[in-house]
Amino acid sequence: MSEKEVKNLEEIFEARIARDEKIEPKDWMPEKYRQTHIRQMSQHAHSEIVGMLPEGNWITRAPSLRRKAALLAKVQDEAGHGLYLYSACETLGISRDELYEQLHSGKAKYSSIFNYPTVTWADMGAVGWLVDGAAIINQVPLCNTSFGPYARAMVRVCKEESFHQRQGFEIMLTLCRGSEEQKAMAQDALNRWWWPSLMMLGPTDAESIHTEQSMKWKLKRKSNDELRQQFIDQTVPQADLLGLTIPDPDLKFNKETGSYDFGEINWDEFWQVVKGHGPCNKERMSARVNAWNNGEWVRDAAMAHAEKNEKRKVAKAS
Amino acid sequence: MKKNWPLWEIFVRSKNGLEHRHFGSLHAADAEMAMENARDVYTRRNEGVSIWVVESKNITASNPADNGEMFEPAQDKVYRHPTFYDLPDEVKHM
Ligand SMILES: [Fe+2]
Ligand SMILES: [Fe+2]
Repeated sequence: MSEKEVKNLEEIFEARIARDEKIEPKDWMPEKYRQTHIRQMSQHAHSEIVGMLPEGNWITRAPSLRRKAALLAKVQDEAGHGLYLYSACETLGISRDELYEQLHSGKAKYSSIFNYPTVTWADMGAVGWLVDGAAIINQVPLCNTSFGPYARAMVRVCKEESFHQRQGFEIMLTLCRGSEEQKAMAQDALNRWWWPSLMMLGPTDAESIHTEQSMKWKLKRKSNDELRQQFIDQTVPQADLLGLTIPDPDLKFNKETGSYDFGEINWDEFWQVVKGHGPCNKERMSARVNAWNNGEWVRDAAMAHAEKNEKRKVAKAS
Repeated sequence: MKKNWPLWEIFVRSKNGLEHRHFGSLHAADAEMAMENARDVYTRRNEGVSIWVVESKNITASNPADNGEMFEPAQDKVYRHPTFYDLPDEVKHM
């Protein structure tokens, strides 16, 4: 294809997106669109499955059968989210194995928040309430993104997320209405998860590189700072309701803007965690790599079994 | 020898009276496993009463590059639509 032809196709392509048309996997697309989508969708998929680890940590120690069933269901949902997103990503011509390989080698990133440890039961409350809460804020606008398979996956994900956040908040509420120790445990969890949750919405607009192109392709509909403000504004009243204190002395309602002003985020910490130096990066990665490697013989055996059955069927029929 | 699990497309009927609709895809070693996984992934909240699993390689899809010759001919056949026909207002029930 000549350069001029490509340029022409690109213009038609951008115009389709501007008209709110969806792009489907077999449609012509600029190489950069394909690569950007593989990167973002796979990063998203990785976050879903690595995100199962900090919560999986508490399934066997949930304080009641009710809590255990809910947590198990939530973690199972996250596995499903990972699957929806990996499948959507694979429609762009990359294999599941390559995607895992990118995660395991550290080439692909996942959300930095999952590199923090879940040390008490209250963390299950804080994670559902704050981490899933921030995820919802990130994900809802993506239900209208331009790439069809991604948008459809996000619609399904968003439908399931609301239970995640509600069960988390309910855990917090129960602790806050319980004994003094239980309430202190909830406060401690909020103290540890608040700032990482704010960071989860991504670097400040000034530092975020891909935004303009991403806006055009509807991979992003609001900037990181806007999303963060939205998260803070909706979460502070919820903390008040719990009777908990947000660990930010500078947090203050601003009558003029109708929003909360907040203190400085420790971006050094954020970049440290992104670069692999968070409290649990190594543990998370080794859990993933071990699961993949130790499961290899099972995957191979299942495949061999399927092939044998298939041969048997063919032999019977002939 | 390493062989990856093939890809399957999953179709779910959400309730009797409705058609099966494409829900997504997943990898599985065989049809039976695809069915089990489809049940776990796509019908955890009563989303379905029936599931079809089809190995993706068995689907023949039209190519978007051919959309012109495939679908454009239908555009100028307005006489296939009821509104193409002029009838007097007095004609009822038609
Ligand atoms: Fe999720
Ligand atoms: Fe979730």
